[in-house]
Amino acid sequence: MTKEKILYQGAEAIICKTKYMDYEVVEKRRIKKSYRIKNIDDRLISFRTKEEAKLMMESRRYGVSVPIIYDVDLEKGIITMSYIKGDRIKDILNDLNEEERHRVCKKIGMSIAKFHNNDIIHGDITTSNMILSDDKIHFIDFGLGEKSTEIETKGVDLHVLMEAIESTHSKYSNCFNYVLEGYKEQLKQDPNLVIRKIEEIVKRGRYR
Amino acid sequence: MICLGIEGTAHSIGIGVIQKKNEKCEVLSNLIKIYHPEKGGIHPREAANHHSTYIADLIKESVLKAKINFKEVDLVSFSKGPGLGPCLRTAATAARALSLSIKKPIIGVNHCVAHLEIGRGTLDDCNDPVLLYTSGANTQIIAFAEGKYRVFGETLDIGIGNCLDKFGRTVGIGFPSGPKIEQLASQGKKYLELPYSIKGMDIAFSGILTSAEQYFNNNEKLEDICYSIQETTFAALTEVTERAMAHTEKDEVLLGGGVAANKRFREMVKTMADERNASFFVPSKDLCIDNGAMIAWLGVLMYNSGIRMSVKDSVINQRFRTDMVDVTWRD
Repeated sequence: MTKEKILYQGAEAIICKTKYMDYEVVEKRRIKKSYRIKNIDDRLISFRTKEEAKLMMESRRYGVSVPIIYDVDLEKGIITMSYIKGDRIKDILNDLNEEERHRVCKKIGMSIAKFHNNDIIHGDITTSNMILSDDKIHFIDFGLGEKSTEIETKGVDLHVLMEAIESTHSKYSNCFNYVLEGYKEQLKQDPNLVIRKIEEIVKRGRYR
Repeated sequence: MICLGIEGTAHSIGIGVIQKKNEKCEVLSNLIKIYHPEKGGIHPREAANHHSTYIADLIKESVLKAKINFKEVDLVSFSKGPGLGPCLRTAATAARALSLSIKKPIIGVNHCVAHLEIGRGTLDDCNDPVLLYTSGANTQIIAFAEGKYRVFGETLDIGIGNCLDKFGRTVGIGFPSGPKIEQLASQGKKYLELPYSIKGMDIAFSGILTSAEQYFNNNEKLEDICYSIQETTFAALTEVTERAMAHTEKDEVLLGGGVAANKRFREMVKTMADERNASFFVPSKDLCIDNGAMIAWLGVLMYNSGIRMSVKDSVINQRFRTDMVDVTWRD
């Protein structure tokens, strides 16, 4: 065993920095949850590990920046991937100047459109799940992702980001409009279909 | 300061009298009367009729039970929303009448925020929790961030209680179905796979309901279906709550709403909290369900922070969202 460093302990997984054949890598290890029955736990861990690895590899093929995957262990729920040095968008977004924030958010929107163009749904687009490195937006944590051609799922995907921006970057909620700007530019199908869907999802929520 | 709170957002009419003592909430009385429809779900107008039948007597009784007289009430608080229009209006009308007749100020408060504040107000060491609020209509994960109580996750379709009640109606076990489902689930053994739908920190239940109904139509054992519904929905709720805790970096979790009475549900959330070294809180049962004491307590907090409301402005808001409230009473 090489020496390890825990980078982050999330709700679902532990993110460790370690070595894999001399590469600097990150291991994402899904944690068994004793609050849920084994049947559900096993199913979720193996399913999400597999989906995540698949979606990451596919996203990469379509030009979205994601870590390179070196190894996947479905039984233990471990994905070994390249380490990306950079800042989480969550940590830097509020401190950028307006022009920079506009530029970064637009880039985010363009990347989302790239995977949506190929029917990849991230499932948890929050600013914690994006890393700015080498002036590229790297997407991580596809664990709740799926493949879907539906406008509905694409709308829900963006709605998650809208809520994350509203709650975590409430002073800069115009950021979401910047994201949509980039999204519109890059999306192949009519982006207004998705944007109208987001409005519909908002209204569907309680008490809107 | 003594405050009388009137809760009337849905099927319960509740009157609570509380006193603020050493920054904590002391409940002097907390009476609740629940409308039980003969069949089907809650009919808003019938629920409101039920409330108006009992509200005046309930107010008198609660003051009596609190061992005070009306002159000692300093403030009248009521549930401004969210909820069913006719029910909200009945509670608000009573609050206005009381406020004018005893010549004491009136204040309207947000029902969801009240569920969170009553936990902070009555439980020791509960300071900055993530609230998992689960009732018939509501399923929200609420926490304080940047000056407001913000909704970090919520149901995308129906409330968890509503999901349980709808299933209960399909299989004929009456309203509210939660306690009956809990009892049946304790005898279930076989897990039947149900959809597990989480989007970020949001959650959806309608797919689970449809699948569970299909199992019922296919003659699966009711005990097993109830067991599977509980295990699936509660696991998903626990998971989104944990995600919200990680996201907001908070280490307290508080339950609120009627579904918090379920033992298996409590056990799951507590296990999750223990495993991440977080504190777990549940208010006493009468403060968990819809009640007047929590409305009274939030009224006191708001009034003391300088918020004033005239009778003219004491209008209800059926769609009063949690994040519309400016939290002036905490940093």
